[in-house]
Amino acid sequence: MTDHIAETVKSYILEAFLPGANPAELTDETPLISAGILDSLATVRLVAFLEEQFKIEVAAYEATADNLDTITQVASLVRSKLAT
Amino acid sequence: MRASGTTLVDYLADSARTRRGHVAVEDVPDGMLTYGDLDALSDRVRDHLHYAGVRPGDRVGVYARKSIDAYAAMLGAMKLGAAYVPVDISAPAWRCAFILADCDVRAVVLERSVVEGWRTERAALGELGEGPTLIVLEETGGGQGLARALDARGAVPPAPAHTPAPDDLAYILYTSGSTGKPKGVMLSHRAAVAFVEWCSTAFSPRADDRFSSHAPFHFDLSILDLYVPLKHGATVVLIDADRGKEPIGLAQVIAERRLTVWYSTPTILSVLGEFGRMERHDYSALRHVFFAGEVFPVKHLRAVKERLPHPEFHNLYGPTETNVCTYHRIPDQVEPDRTTPYPIGRVCEQLRARVVEPDGRDVTPGGEGELVIRGDNVMLGYWNLPDRTDQAFLVDADGEQWYRTGDIVTEDADGVFTFVGRRDRMMKRRGYRIELGEVEAGLYRHAAVREAAVVAVAGADGSARLRAFVAMGDGHVGSVLEMKRFSAAVLPAYMIPDQFTFVDALPKTSTDKVDYQRLAGAP
Repeated sequence: MTDHIAETVKSYILEAFLPGANPAELTDETPLISAGILDSLATVRLVAFLEEQFKIEVAAYEATADNLDTITQVASLVRSKLAT
Repeated sequence: MRASGTTLVDYLADSARTRRGHVAVEDVPDGMLTYGDLDALSDRVRDHLHYAGVRPGDRVGVYARKSIDAYAAMLGAMKLGAAYVPVDISAPAWRCAFILADCDVRAVVLERSVVEGWRTERAALGELGEGPTLIVLEETGGGQGLARALDARGAVPPAPAHTPAPDDLAYILYTSGSTGKPKGVMLSHRAAVAFVEWCSTAFSPRADDRFSSHAPFHFDLSILDLYVPLKHGATVVLIDADRGKEPIGLAQVIAERRLTVWYSTPTILSVLGEFGRMERHDYSALRHVFFAGEVFPVKHLRAVKERLPHPEFHNLYGPTETNVCTYHRIPDQVEPDRTTPYPIGRVCEQLRARVVEPDGRDVTPGGEGELVIRGDNVMLGYWNLPDRTDQAFLVDADGEQWYRTGDIVTEDADGVFTFVGRRDRMMKRRGYRIELGEVEAGLYRHAAVREAAVVAVAGADGSARLRAFVAMGDGHVGSVLEMKRFSAAVLPAYMIPDQFTFVDALPKTSTDKVDYQRLAGAP
């Protein structure tokens, strides 16, 4: 099954923060925050996008590199929110 | 009125006497020290530094997270007549090691987590031998980590009394350097005190004020944050870097800590207004909002003012070399049709300002020219860079020295200055100044980069963005992700380009220089 959440997140990150990047290089496991690809301002914008797009609320303590460092992690945070 | 002999250390002595039991500093979430405790802890730092061989005129590095521990270490160094040098704990280790070696620190107060990285980079710089005395902090926050690190060194008697003189160095703040190496701006007690005294006259701070400390200590906004409350026996609330970047938590801190004075870059105020869910809290304690460090896009300023209708807003302008030198009160109502940013305002009363042509003559009234500044706020010079220091000053026909800001401005008939642009390849982003040459030098550290050029471009909302053009060497395919990762490893976060464009070769002018104008206009 295609993961629509991960696809949506990936498209957003490529468009908003990585203009000109080769999409094939950004995998679901590419470290984003810890590797310096997303900075603190980008992380704030990503969280705002997730809240708007998926109608969820992400608490401040959840918006860290531990929870959002890869597309897989971002998608699983969104899924856990949607399930509750 | 203050005598002209005052230093930052005198502010602490006065407040420790008159406001002994009042809280001097809080560290979010749960640290705090009274004036009496802060005085005592910084005395202990002074004593230990003295017996470690630090003497008046020496430099002491502070390589730690923003914390009461770091603040007390800075005060302790100044009590000894030494200058403190704060370095950015989140910056790449090579840059911190370079700064500490460049100004030849005699001692460093640092966190355990950075000791190994610093030693490695120090050796890579060719710094051999024992090096400076280290006071290693196992933890930072409320000051206990520093107290324990001093306990572990054993008891020492009080250091001989020493009173710093107004012209002694108080601190060195490193800013971006066009050669790829940061340069140290040397500031005296006289300069810092002139600025603090001006703040006192202009904004009437009170002993019950609660100041934010949002900017890092290596950033010159920290001088207002720390030393205006110190003079008035008020309280400063330290907000560390991680918390400071998270808008929802930050809005909560402003409200719950009942902050009365807020000072930050426009970027962080914009993020607060846009993402901070500010409607959730009450900010009625807030009296003043100051912003500095970059142009504030009017759209974002209007949005923040709608969330914060009560406080007075001021635009404070000035490079690290002068601290704030002009200021402008933002009207209570931002005009609905306004789109151009507000002026940088009138010159601070203790300073003088002129607008000059490249040859130093005054421009015709109303014309564009470089803003130059004279007065007690101005730096002594750049550490160990006499040529750069000479270039930074204009000496007029009367032999008077004026600091060249590098900023192109206009002045209207009422003495209000408006920022137009830069004279050189420097830009401001998120309040940090960035020499585009330093970013290029960072990119050139990549083995496969053959050519690199960086330009400042305006984003859709008017914010400043960094765009890099890179030509890779034979056979190496350019990768945005790889260049982002590489930049993060060699440059501070605020210098990482927003956009990378790969080209076969950089465009050149007829004299074979990089054609920056063409790059700035590239699609």
